Formats: sequence, structure tokens, C-alpha cells
Amino acid sequence: MTTNSPSKVHVTTTINGQQHELLVPGYMSLLDTLRELIGLTGTKEGCLDGNCGACTVTVDGRIVDSCLVLGAEVNGKTVETIEGMATPEGLHPLQQAFLEEAALQCGICTPGFLVAAKGLLDNEPSPSEGRIRHWLAGNLCRCTGYDKIVRAVQKASS
Amino acid sequence: MVATFEPKTNYKVVGTRPIRHDGYDKVTGRAIYGGDMKLPGLIWGVCVRSPHAHANIKSIDTSAAEAMEGVFAVITGADMPKAESKLVDLGEGNINFKWASNKLMADTKVLYKGHPVAAIAAVDRYTAEEAARLVVVEYDVLPSVTNVVDALKDDAPILLDDLVGDDLGEDVHNTNMAAHVRHEFGDVEDAMSSAAHTIEREYNMQMVHQGYIEPHNATATWDEEDRIKVWTSTQGAFPARTQIAGILQVNVSQVKVTPLEIGGGFGGKIPVYFEPLAALLSKKSGRPVKMVMERTAIFETTGPTPGARMIIKLGADADGKLTAATADIWFEAGANPGAFIGPAAMCVYAPYEIANTRIDGWDVLVNKPKVAPYRAPGSPQVAFAMESAIDELCEKAGWDSMKFRVDNASKEGTRRGDGVLFSKIGMEEVLEAAQQSAHWTSPIGDAPEGKKRGRGIANGYWFNIGLKSSANLSVNADGTVQLTEGSTDIGGSRVAMAMHVAEVLGLTAHDVRPTVGDTESVGYTDVTGGSRTTYATGYACWIAANNLVEVLKDRVAVLWDINKDDVDFNDGVFSSKAEAEKTIGFKELAGKLDDLGGPANSTGSVDLESAGDGFGMHIADIEIDIETGKTDVIRYTAIQDVGTAIHPSYVEGQLQGGSVQGIGWALNEEYFMTDTGTMANSSFLDYRMPTSLDLPLIETVLVEVPNPLHPYGVRGVGETPICPPIPAIANAIQDALGKRLYNTPMNAGSILEALK
Repeated sequence: MTTNSPSKVHVTTTINGQQHELLVPGYMSLLDTLRELIGLTGTKEGCLDGNCGACTVTVDGRIVDSCLVLGAEVNGKTVETIEGMATPEGLHPLQQAFLEEAALQCGICTPGFLVAAKGLLDNEPSPSEGRIRHWLAGNLCRCTGYDKIVRAVQKASS
Repeated sequence: MVATFEPKTNYKVVGTRPIRHDGYDKVTGRAIYGGDMKLPGLIWGVCVRSPHAHANIKSIDTSAAEAMEGVFAVITGADMPKAESKLVDLGEGNINFKWASNKLMADTKVLYKGHPVAAIAAVDRYTAEEAARLVVVEYDVLPSVTNVVDALKDDAPILLDDLVGDDLGEDVHNTNMAAHVRHEFGDVEDAMSSAAHTIEREYNMQMVHQGYIEPHNATATWDEEDRIKVWTSTQGAFPARTQIAGILQVNVSQVKVTPLEIGGGFGGKIPVYFEPLAALLSKKSGRPVKMVMERTAIFETTGPTPGARMIIKLGADADGKLTAATADIWFEAGANPGAFIGPAAMCVYAPYEIANTRIDGWDVLVNKPKVAPYRAPGSPQVAFAMESAIDELCEKAGWDSMKFRVDNASKEGTRRGDGVLFSKIGMEEVLEAAQQSAHWTSPIGDAPEGKKRGRGIANGYWFNIGLKSSANLSVNADGTVQLTEGSTDIGGSRVAMAMHVAEVLGLTAHDVRPTVGDTESVGYTDVTGGSRTTYATGYACWIAANNLVEVLKDRVAVLWDINKDDVDFNDGVFSSKAEAEKTIGFKELAGKLDDLGGPANSTGSVDLESAGDGFGMHIADIEIDIETGKTDVIRYTAIQDVGTAIHPSYVEGQLQGGSVQGIGWALNEEYFMTDTGTMANSSFLDYRMPTSLDLPLIETVLVEVPNPLHPYGVRGVGETPICPPIPAIANAIQDALGKRLYNTPMNAGSILEALK
């Protein structure tokens, strides 16, 4: 950061289970905090105005567009990103289903869809097609027409 | 001599659905896209953009920005090399370096809102944006034109003073008309005047955007030996290199392009935008420079598809046979020439056999962003006009529009509107499959109260292209094979390439590890576009695999001390023609290569003139709310001749994705321009592409009429599916309401207006 940038905020946050202590410029989005300060580039930039969902992460379990949240706002909170979804034991069932159902083409929207879909299935293990479509309406995909994404989420639901 | 192939069906790998190799990195966030690029000492670049659509630049003062702490470099039009006026074929559309350079950075005049007038590199993005606000530009604002009718008026403001228009071969000066082309066959006037039924209608369409989710980006270094390295999201590393070198006036060998993962393009990431600017900023700052475009700029300054004005006239005899057609097509090019009127002419009549035809096309400059290819560039526009007119002609004459399409279907030997004769095509097979589909044979069902339902059908066509591709193979000691190929992977093509190789070598798809090469690790390869990738690069992979078999036969001959000609290869097993029991599998042989001459490698490359035409028909069921005018698509089926589906899941995905882009174009999407040439809806929220909530599942029917021009029968599939949706929905609206819409988007306001 430049020396004349506004003051930085001391932030302590848990990201994918790991505690981070950061000095975050007051103007910096959570998206840039993740990507630029920590190096977690799995969370994608699509529009920077909260309309595409490519930057979806959870903060204290709640789905947010990380471009609309300041890095300073996650002080004391828990953040989950796409990088925290798989475990050493293997992929999350949603990730496996996205692969098997060919639910991604270019893949830029995929991390956001997976984080958003996990948010749904964590609370509603067996959503209807309509519920899935409603829940994912904040995530844009331009490649697939959503058909195979919806099918993958259905496959991963119990 | 063009090689042709007999159709086969007994494949082991082709037609299966293995998990894509690159998928694991993409579902875990590990995949590195252009915007994820990091280098030591990296700084950020941003553009200063014109607030006006048309203006002379009186002065630019960058001194305050340059003086700001954290700023490393500032460039303006004065820093752009003077690129020569040279037309280069990029596979899907041409570029002229002079215009391409001017599009990236204004010289003395801005031609569209958002036109860059300066670029700044600073320690980070926020500082660069801060500095951009300190650049002072004085403009002399000019009147602007934003549609083809106004642009061609005698008193229209002229965008490019030095443009020489080509009007059927005649030079035209002081004009916004870059080109006027004509194709004419038979005696159109006579056929039209003797037709039993005719129809003539005008159709108008607004520009729409590809809408890829990943922003344009580029990271570049310009080093001490004048070598330029670029990491970017591109639909073609080699065509990007061509453009960068042409705009920067250096040799192609001075430029290395490394394609990183690409987050959608649909044609819009064939042109370069930031790559040359990042390189110039790197030259000036001595640092690696990265640029990522903001969404408003993506809408305002990158690749929309042309807005269009089209007049179609059709004539048919009393028996329902099309006898004559004329099409007058005006396309908006944006701020410099190149509006895809050529492809439009190739596509407009393609699904039909018509003896007497004329096409006139005009390429017209307007003060809007220069158009870029968008999935079958030019074809969805003319499909909307032609397929709407076909249905209206049938309504007028009392004919069944499905039967009419069957009776007039193009086939082998039919002459396309631009004169080309079709080889083996699958239009008739597609129409047969459409009539047998679950969708066509099911009733649409009753609409709930306050709503009306309608069903529409339409054909679509894209010619597909061949061009140049390259691939390299090398054998690993464990019996797997490394594949390096030149096509950037925009939607799962790597797995299809590996499957081409695996089928030849008798391996599994996962025994072949595909990598997309940079411009210094694989031979020249054209764009991932034109629906050419699986066809042409797959073909190159197939050649490389067959060449590898020849290399390995040599090794087997050494192993068994026999003549190479006596070695056979089938299903992954080498055998001796003389002694049938003498065999060795591919994997076992791979483990012995160190003692049989060492590394076994091969290459394959193609330069394919023709590709095999792609035809489709879509069926759309819609439900319209009479009170609000909102249209919901309640059932949708895409039927298409795909040749042979290498990986059916990704072929279905192309049909589904193309259909939904077409649905968005039909119902919602448009560049909504103000009188002063500003796009009023330049965000995803206001532009409003389809979301998951707007759609049903998209049914697909893969018709497989093997393409004799490809060893496995592959036809390009990606572009055809965006062509039928717009007219299918227009025809469905007519079916539901008895009202026909002639302009896009056919949004709620248009529906309510029609119902008045």
C-alpha cells in the first residue's frame, strides 16, 4: 500500500479454520483482502458491485458477496471460502457432483456457486428444483444455462 | 485433396463422459485464471476513459497523476506506436491493426463512451484509480450517432475522417459506411413477382453483450531485450500474440503469450484490450503490470454483437415451396469497421433451399463500442428475421410451419445464400428428430388464469470453421501420455482432446494428461472460436496420436528385431504380423523405451479449409402474464446435428448454454442507449442476463450425422444453438397472443404495448 493511504485496521479473523492477523486498509473489500493480502485467489472477481456472485464466501455461516463487504468488517468473524471446502479426505459431495455432472464450462463462477450451494444444503439437505433455482439466483453463470448446475446440486442433496 | 472418413460406431473412449482433467482445480479454487496472476514487483494499471461518445481531445494533462506518490507510469495516445493499416484474419473476423490500436487508446478523437484516453500504472489498484481521477482532459464534444439509419444520413457526423468505404467495389469518402456487399443468384425479381404468396417485414435488434463473468485482464512485462511476456485470459494465445505484435509494432517472436484459465469469452476474448497497454506501461515503469477491467467498462467498451436493421422478403409458390428471398441487412460495427455482414450472408438462408436469392449487407460505423464476435456472429440476428418471416408467411398462407420447414429443407447440394454448395449436412435429420422429440409430441398444457401459452419453433445454422491447430505428445515411462495442445480451454475442450488421443492409443481418457501450451511450447493454433476447437484441434491430436503409433512401431521392431512393416497396432496392443502370439501392450512398451531409443514424442498439425455445417432446431414453450407482460420459458428443447459427440455432457452443455444466451437476448438483454451515446444499463443488475430462477431445465437431442471431414465425425457445436432461440420465442409469442414482435428485446414492455 502507498504511504499516503488511509489508516489501516487491525483485523483478527478465522479463514477456512486458520486464524489470520491482518492490517487491512479501511477501503479494502473482503474480496481484495482474501485475494491480495492472503493470496486466496479461488474467490473470483466478476463485477465488483454485488450482482454476479462470483465472489461468494460465507461470513459466520452467512452467504455474502465479498466485494460488498470490507475486509475490516470480518474482525472477530469466521470466513469460509472455496479453498476450505474440500478436506484432506476428499472433495465435498457438491464438488464431486459438479465434476460428474459437467456443471462447469469455463469455471469462473464455479467457486461462488459451490459456496452458495453448500450454504443451501447445510440448512436444507433436500431442496426442490425450484428452491435450488431460487437460492442460486444471485449467482450468474453464462456458460451452462444452469441446467447441469441444478442437476449437480440435486445429485449432492440427500 | 480433402481427406474424408467413413463413419464408425465402435468407439471405446469417444462418446463416454470422463471427468475433465482440469475440473479438480476448478472446483477447489486452485485454477489460475488471468486475474489471479502474480509476479514479483507487480503493479496495477487502470485506464482513464472518455465520458463522451464522440469528441475531439483538445488537451490531456497528466502531470498531477504522474506526480502522485505510488504512480509509476502514465501513457496516452501519444505513446501508442503508429500501427500500420493492415487487415489480419483472426479466424472469427478480421482486425486492422490501425483501427485495433485506435480502439484501445484514442489518438486525437474519442469514438465511443469509455474510449481510453490514458492509462496509469501504480503500486496498487486503488492508488491507480485515485491517480486516474487527477488526469485532466479537455474535450470538444461532437454530435454522436448510435444507429445505422442516422449514421447513413447525408448530414450524419462522420466517425473516421480517413475511412474509405467500399460500396460494391466503389470507393466512398466522408462516410460511416465501411462496406456494402451483395450476393445474388437466379432471377429474384421474376421469381418474386410470380410468387403465389409473399411477405416483407422489417426487424430491428439492439446490441447485446457476450456477458462472460470473468473480466478482461492482462499481465505483462517488457524486458531489457525487448521481449514482451503476456499472461492473459484469451480465446487464442497465438492470435493474441499476432494482435499484440501488430499493435505494438514488434515481431511476433518478441512476444510470448501464456494463456491462463479463461472465464468465458463467447468470441469476446478474441480481440485484445489490455495486453498492449499493460506492455507499454511495463516498458515505461520497468515493472510487471497487471490490469483487470471493471464491469461498466466491459459493457461500454468491449465486444457487443452488432445491433441490426433487417428487411426480409420471401416468395413461395402455391404448393408451399420457397422460390425467392431478399435480405437487406444493416449491422452496427461500433467505432471502427467489421460488423460480421459476411457471416450474416452465409447464414441467413442456410436452412432452406431457395432458387432465387439476393442479399445486401452494410457494415456501418456508430458511436458505440467496436463489436466483437459473439457466438455465431451475425447469425442469430438474421435467424430472428428469417425464421420470423418464415412463420408469418406460413400463417398468411395457412401452412403448417414445421411441414414447410421440412418441405424446403436444405440438403447436400443446396446452394447457400453466398453461393457455397452444401456437402453432407444434417438439416433433414434434425427436423425428423424434432418431430419425434418428447417435447414436440407432448401438448403444451393449459395456461393458468391470467396467462397465455404458446409454442414456437425455429431453425438455426452456423457454418463452423477449420483453420490451424497443433498438438504435441510424449510418452511417460508409466504408460501415460502427455498432450500439449494450442487451444485455450473455455468449456471442457482439454478432456475432448485427451479422448481423441486415448481412442487411437487404446488408453483411457485419464491416461492422457492434456495441457494448454503457451506460444513457445506448441505450434501455431487458431482461436478457440468458430466452433472449431474439438473439430480442428481434436483432428491435430488424432494425427499426433497416429504419428506416435508409428514412432512406437519402430521401437517394437527393434525390440523384436523385425521389420517395422511387420508390426501391427490394435486397441493399445502391438503385435507381430508374422507371429500372432507375439504381443506387447502400450504401457509395457512405455516402460521399456529407455532401452529402445529413449523418449518417444510426436506432433500433429492441421490447416483445415472446411469444417462441416451445423444445423439445429429449437422448440420453445412460453407462458405470458397478460397483466404484467412477463414471459416465462416453461419448456425448452434444443435439437442439433452434432456430428459425433466426443464428450456428450459438454456437447449438451454447449446446446444448453447457447440456448439460454439466446433466451436472454430474446426477452431481456439490450444496450439501452441514451441520446448522447451512453449505455444506461451497464451493470449486470440492469443488463439482466438470465438467472437460474428464470429458466426450466433445457432438454437436448443430439442428432449424430458423422462429419466425413473429421476422423471421428465431429462437427462444431458451440455456435449453432444461439441462433434459433430468438425467433423460436418470437414465434411462440405469436402463438400465445396472436401478436408478432419485430424488434428485440421482446420484453414485458413490448408485450404490453402489443396487447394494447
